[in-house]
This record gives sequence, C-alpha cells and structure tokens, in this order.
Amino acid sequence: MNIPDELFYTESHEWIRIDGDKGYIGISDYAQHNLGDIVFVELPDIDIEVNAGDQFAVIESVKAVSDVYSPLSGTIIEVNENLEGSPELLNEDPYENYIAVVAFTDISEKEKLMSAEQYEAFCIEEDKK
Amino acid sequence: MGLKRTKLYDMHVKYGGKLIDFGGWELPVQYEGILKEHHMVRQKAGLFDVSHMGEIEIKGQKAEDFIQFMVTNDVKVIKDHQVQYNIMCYPDGGVVDDLIVYRYSPDYYLLVVNASNTDKDFDWIKQNALNAFADLSIENVSDQYSQLALQGPKAQEILQKICNIDLNDLKYFWFEPSVSVAGVDCIVSRTGYTGEDGFEIYMKEQAPLVWEAILKAGGEDVVPIGLGARDTLRFEAKLPLYGQEIDKDINPLEAGLGYFVKLNKEDFIGKDALLAHKEAGDGRVTVQFEMVGKGIPRSHYHVEKNGVNIGWVTTGAFAPTLNKNIGLALIDSKFNENEGEFDIIIRDKKIPARIRQGIFYKRNK
Repeated sequence: MNIPDELFYTESHEWIRIDGDKGYIGISDYAQHNLGDIVFVELPDIDIEVNAGDQFAVIESVKAVSDVYSPLSGTIIEVNENLEGSPELLNEDPYENYIAVVAFTDISEKEKLMSAEQYEAFCIEEDKK
Repeated sequence: MGLKRTKLYDMHVKYGGKLIDFGGWELPVQYEGILKEHHMVRQKAGLFDVSHMGEIEIKGQKAEDFIQFMVTNDVKVIKDHQVQYNIMCYPDGGVVDDLIVYRYSPDYYLLVVNASNTDKDFDWIKQNALNAFADLSIENVSDQYSQLALQGPKAQEILQKICNIDLNDLKYFWFEPSVSVAGVDCIVSRTGYTGEDGFEIYMKEQAPLVWEAILKAGGEDVVPIGLGARDTLRFEAKLPLYGQEIDKDINPLEAGLGYFVKLNKEDFIGKDALLAHKEAGDGRVTVQFEMVGKGIPRSHYHVEKNGVNIGWVTTGAFAPTLNKNIGLALIDSKFNENEGEFDIIIRDKKIPARIRQGIFYKRNK
C-alpha cells in the first residue's frame, strides 16, 4: 500500500497536499484499491464553498457509488477535468491525479487530519473489520 | 452466521478472489478486476464458479406434462438432450424464477434455478405436484452438483483439449449428459449467461480438478472471473436478472420476455393473467435506453418525464465493451416511443436519457 509521507489523510480515505494557501485533494491508494475499477467521476462546480467533511464529489466504480469529502474548509478553485474522460486515472495513479483544489480558510483544521504513519495504522485496523 | 462455500472455495483463495457475501454464499466478486475480467471473456475466455446455482430433478411418467404446466415456454418442442430458457410464474403472472430446463427424456428433466430462489422454487414445485402429479419424484439435488461456466470465443478450443467428445457436434442450447472432462464425468451444455459462446459444466465430484485442468488447458487465454463481471457481461448482453428485470411483481411480458411465454400452449400457471395483460395492452413496459447526459444509471433510480415519475431503472451500468452508460427501465407504456427522452434521477438531479433500440451487445457469429 502506497502512502506518501508528505500528505495528510482523512478517515474517509481522502488525501490533501498543502501547497501555500491551496490544497490538492484526491483519494488514497487504499481507497482506489477497495473501490475497484473506477468508471465515473462527478466533479464539483468551481467556486462552491465547502466545510471540512462536506461531500463535494462522487466516484463510481463498476459496482458502487462513493462520496468524496473535503479534508479542509474553503472554496473549490479548480477541478481535474481529465478525470471526466479518464476516470481510470484514479486507479492508475491516485496521488498524481488529484480531484479538486481547495483554497482553504483555516489551516488549523489540518491538526484533525492523519499523518502518513497514522493513516497506515488506520488502514490496517480497517482491514481487520 | 456461517456463509456457505462451494467446493471451489480453495480455488478462489488460491487465485486471489476478493470474497463477499453473495446471498449467503462466500464467493469472489472479482480476482484481478471487473473490467479486465469482462474484457477477457469478450476477447478470449473466462472461467466462473457458479456452483451456488440450484438444481432440481424431476422424474416420472408425467414429468413433461407437469413441467409444461409449471412454466411459460413450450417444453414439448425440445428434444432429448436439448436445453430451454424458461420462466415460472405465479397465478397472477408475477415471476417465481427464471430457469434453464434440461430434458434427458420425457420422463426426466433437470431444472437449473437461481441460487437465492432454490428453496422457494423447490417448495413451489412440490406444492403444485400434489394430486394429479403426486407420483413424480422431485428432488432438490443442488448440494450434489458443482457448476463451472467456461465462456468466451476461445471456450471451445480450450475445453476441446480436455474432453472426450467433438464439441463441434454440441450445438447451442444442447447438452451431453456424460462427458469426460479431465477424466471427470460431467454434464456439458452449450449455454451461458454472458452473451458469448461457451459451456456450462456440471459435476458431482472433483470440481477443483476440472477447474485447474481448464485453466491449464487455456494457459494465457483464460482467467477466473468473479460475480462482478458476471453481472456486467449478462447485463451488456441484455440478459435478465431475477430481482431486477423480473420478480414476483414484474411479469415476463412487462419485462420484454414475451418470446418465452407461449400463450397458445395448453394451460399453465399464470396463463390467464398473462393473456388478460396482453389483451389489455397497457400498463408497464421495459425499455432500453442510453444516457444523453453524464451519469451512470443504477438499479431502482427513478425515471421521470416532465417532472412526473413514470417508472424506475431495473438495471443500469457502465457497459465496458460498448464503452457507454446504458440501462433497462420499467416505465408506463404510454411513454414508450423510439428515441423518446426521459430523465434518470441521479443524486436528485435530472439527467437526460434516450430510448434507443439496438444498443446492447451482440456478438458476431
């Protein structure tokens, strides 16, 4: 399982890469593996405001529909339109292919997210369930 | 709780199957991935464990008359060693199950039914065999049989390497009751649930040995296939699934399966209701549609026309070979017009879709 050190993670298996006052959001390797073949991504509208924990996108695999939640509060300022034509990119490289970019408003919310080390332990626990 | 396991359980573990609870059975939803498995079956071959399917044996002098009374298709037209797709209805026309009828002789039939319906079907058949058909022997032999399906354009070439009959002589929807496959005595029929050529293979013992022999004979041309791809393959070929296209509240005429309902044959359970339904000529109808807007239609999503609910999606999916999002919907027949548009309600949004003929998969024969 690939869990890059420099990212922060949620219990709903999103990651966020902090870059200045923006955050790139995607889903983890663990998430894409468990979803299986991803065949559709519903991207959010630009400029919508989200709170940490709000659902903002939808990913559909062959068998299942899954919501994607924002790790931080802010405004969605960019989406990865490549995913509309090629949703399988999330399976092929879930860390290179972000879903959206959030201009976050409160960096202190980051304290509630997991580090790579914490997330790895969390996934191991999930697998035991 | 205790999930039931088929005799191929160790094979699913060995080949990395992702096991799930499928109606009380512990079976693989996928091995390497649903899309990859789907494409393998369309392009080469795939091997399925479908041992959870139920088998019911009916033997006795009036077996043919009894089955003719129980099902909608005309079983008197099939010959010994022929197979027929069939539907079993309640008196109101609702469906008990869909099934495959194997005719050994007019006195001996094997019915293959859906796993989740096996007990219900067996009870229903027994109930209706009282009185006039009380002498028949009706046995639920599901636990005795394992069943494999080998499907895809390479299926014949692979199976031919390890069986003792000439498969050129086995035509579509016929079976051979005693074939040696890798030295194991099997029933082999040229049938399937994928839209491809292929075989279904039943054995009472040595199922893992046959499984391994088929994978070895096929080499790189065959892989194990899970239930996920089984569903995408059957749907893409527009083959119905009990509980979605048909069930106790959806009769076979509404489901577009009128071809398998012979209203001019002698009496059968559900005939009066289905005749009345046909004569009334209204009600609900199953239509095929493709998405015009972005989104994947899924089972039970609502269908609306001008903001009014007109039905629901029975099955919808991303169809991997066709590379588009398509579905079947049960709608008010007033709205059934070719190229007619309606909305599929996906996450509270209206996404346009269009009724269209000829969108499902048909293999080149």
